[in-house]
Amino acid sequence: MSRLAAVAAIRFGLGPRPGECAEIAHDPKGWVLAQLERVPPPLPAVGASVPTAEQGLATLLETQRNRPPPGAPNPLTVAYQDSMLALSAHWATTESPVIERFALLWSNHLTVSRRAASLAALVADHHLRAIRPHVLGPFHELLRAAVLHPAMLRYLDNHVSVGPNSEAGLRRRRGLNENLAREVLELHTVTPAAGYTQADVTQLAAALTGWGTGEAGESPVVFRPRAHEPGEKTILGRTFPEGAEGTLAALVMLATHPATFRALALRLARHYLADDPPPAVVAAVERRLAETEGDLGAAMRALVAHPLAWEAPLGKLRSPAEFVIASLRATGDPLPPPARLAAFGELGQPLFTAPSPKGWPDEAAAWSAPELILRRIDWAARLAARLPDPPDPRELLDAVLGPLADAETRAAVRGAPSVREGVLLVLASPAFQRR
Amino acid sequence: MLLGRRGLLLGLTALAAGAHRVAFAAAPGEARFVVVILRGGLDGLAAVQPYADPLLAELRAPLALPEPGAEGALLDLGGRFGLHPALATLGAWYAAGEAAIVHAVAGPHRTRSHFDAQDALESGAERRLEDGWLNRAVAALWPAETGPADGPSRRAVALSQGLPLLLRGPARAASVTPPRPVPVSAETMERLAALYARDPLLGPAVAEGRMARRFAAEVLTEADPEHGPATNRAADREAFAALARAAGRLLADRQGPRVAALELGGFDTHAFQAARLRAALATLDSGLAALRQGLGSAWRQTAVLVVSEFGRTVRVNGSNGTDHGTAGVAFVAGGAIRGGRVLADWPGLSHDSLLEGRDLRPTTDLRAVAKALLAGHLGLPAAVLDSAVFPNSGAVRPLAGLV
Repeated sequence: MSRLAAVAAIRFGLGPRPGECAEIAHDPKGWVLAQLERVPPPLPAVGASVPTAEQGLATLLETQRNRPPPGAPNPLTVAYQDSMLALSAHWATTESPVIERFALLWSNHLTVSRRAASLAALVADHHLRAIRPHVLGPFHELLRAAVLHPAMLRYLDNHVSVGPNSEAGLRRRRGLNENLAREVLELHTVTPAAGYTQADVTQLAAALTGWGTGEAGESPVVFRPRAHEPGEKTILGRTFPEGAEGTLAALVMLATHPATFRALALRLARHYLADDPPPAVVAAVERRLAETEGDLGAAMRALVAHPLAWEAPLGKLRSPAEFVIASLRATGDPLPPPARLAAFGELGQPLFTAPSPKGWPDEAAAWSAPELILRRIDWAARLAARLPDPPDPRELLDAVLGPLADAETRAAVRGAPSVREGVLLVLASPAFQRR
Repeated sequence: MLLGRRGLLLGLTALAAGAHRVAFAAAPGEARFVVVILRGGLDGLAAVQPYADPLLAELRAPLALPEPGAEGALLDLGGRFGLHPALATLGAWYAAGEAAIVHAVAGPHRTRSHFDAQDALESGAERRLEDGWLNRAVAALWPAETGPADGPSRRAVALSQGLPLLLRGPARAASVTPPRPVPVSAETMERLAALYARDPLLGPAVAEGRMARRFAAEVLTEADPEHGPATNRAADREAFAALARAAGRLLADRQGPRVAALELGGFDTHAFQAARLRAALATLDSGLAALRQGLGSAWRQTAVLVVSEFGRTVRVNGSNGTDHGTAGVAFVAGGAIRGGRVLADWPGLSHDSLLEGRDLRPTTDLRAVAKALLAGHLGLPAAVLDSAVFPNSGAVRPLAGLV
């Protein structure tokens, strides 16, 4: 197996399935790029298990009206679990792992979290139908789809934010909720490096007023002019008109701001290459974003095209979820679905349940706590024990790490006292924790 | 973990507790046959020590136990060999004529790789075959057309626990999921820790995590820091005993299976062998006792064969352990056995008699032992044993006088 094929499957994909590295060995870079050149095809099989925003919202409203009796399954939980089972099964087996990994990166950048229990039936739709179709287009389209989605509008409280001088605000003595505006500036777009002020936050919050989620019979996302703050808004020195058009224009401005491009370039390079990525790659990606008005596909292709993006050794620590997915791919997804789903939580990263709007951390320090690493080892042992027909560990090592496994790892695997312990050693090895 | 009444009707199935496994097959008649695979490579010279050979103490002083009579001494097996004291149950059976020992034994394979050796051991050949010799024996005993082909006893259950290669093959197989988390063996944890020790980021994390867990275990229980928490080892032993007892009950049942294969790990004793092997042998011994308990009066119709993929080096290595070798020891036990003897064409421990100057030289083929049991106990004809069960093995004659 070629080193480049291993780097492609591990660094840019979700970890190789057995045979994957061999299949792509003739053109690893082409395999990565091909998945970044067209809009990701929809996933009807997954979609069948993921409620639409409309359905998810209806389930939420119904559950809030009639609380399920104690002991009865909560429909929100059921919707979440069904969605996660379908998505994780896809990640464990997909032959286009590069685009799925890329989509997951953006879902983390534009986090909505199930930690807000009311979002359980909405987070999967946010990923599958708001984020995923837009990851290879202009960032402003992705931002708009992700922010003006019921999951985000509710997660960051915009559905209860009311313009104080709007009809509804005056009548009900209600006002702004800055939560969404602050996170759009701080996390999603320009970041504090842009030097925005509290006035900018307040003005963006005012521009966002009126955007909320629909009641029964309405569409999932609605703009209510009666709750929208009247008048022009000034954000980062630019003025936007009153109304929905003004909100959209403000989001485009933020999404195409040079500070946003800088932040996104760093985010990409940090995610794929190193916690402290090579400045040359960050600069190349940032340049490409500027040249293309924020085309994310072009930006990612620029990263992949950079020679430094193919250097070994692999410098990133797999997050727990990435480790679980890589292990499932390596072993042919042998777990019964509930055990597959439980693994993400057991190892410290339940799906779409980030602790804050900042999303899951993307640096090794956050994931290398002693107990977190030991849990990976324990889990790998259980996984190895459950394989119906465990592979020869030496072949597994070749398939999932290949030339990236060093002599010591090879010797340890070769010397394992049983096939299952050999499989455990491959999956629990320090090398397999890297990407 | 226990199969219910329904489970008893399954022809071939597997159960597991923790890292241990058992698999079953149905067969006609009342004779019961159990194969126990000790994974990792049992040190035959430590389990059954040729204490009368003066070279023993010279070659492996730290592992040679006191001669019979002293405290913590070997259990005498008739003046030449002594049994490791952790195998007290087996020793009592030996004294009662219900256990025999075959020494300087090895399968037809000559490899020091665990995987290749275990594959060959279970295949019953020099290298891996697609199915196991025990499955082929069952298939020969009870061809599908003569059994209740459509009955539940031949039906597989569709769960996700694997069968050992030993029992894979033409006779249909089934499996059950392990009910408990699998503890990582001390040996494998050592290997991992050594890999992590070279990792600047994760090495300290793993070291610290292990220390924290050990501390917690020590606070809660009496623990032996070198060999993991006592609770883990006790739990491990109890899990294997419970599995073996359940296997015995299933085998004893009138409608139950007649053939079982158990697996036990913990024998890859590259370091700190004395304590680790004692623990592993004690687990085996309590498992054998529990198996007999589960079998009840069916013990009289039972033969148990205990084998490992290879023996270990004659000399002690640099970490008070032993490395992968060649010949070792096999145990045969049960009410159907003519026991009380050590069957060995003893090759000796002098430098010239060792294989490649390092391993106990094999003088008995493991297939000869298996053939003796399959022929004498289960009644398989020689022609089947020489071809279908152990391909091209006509030259290997069944070991005389075992049954």
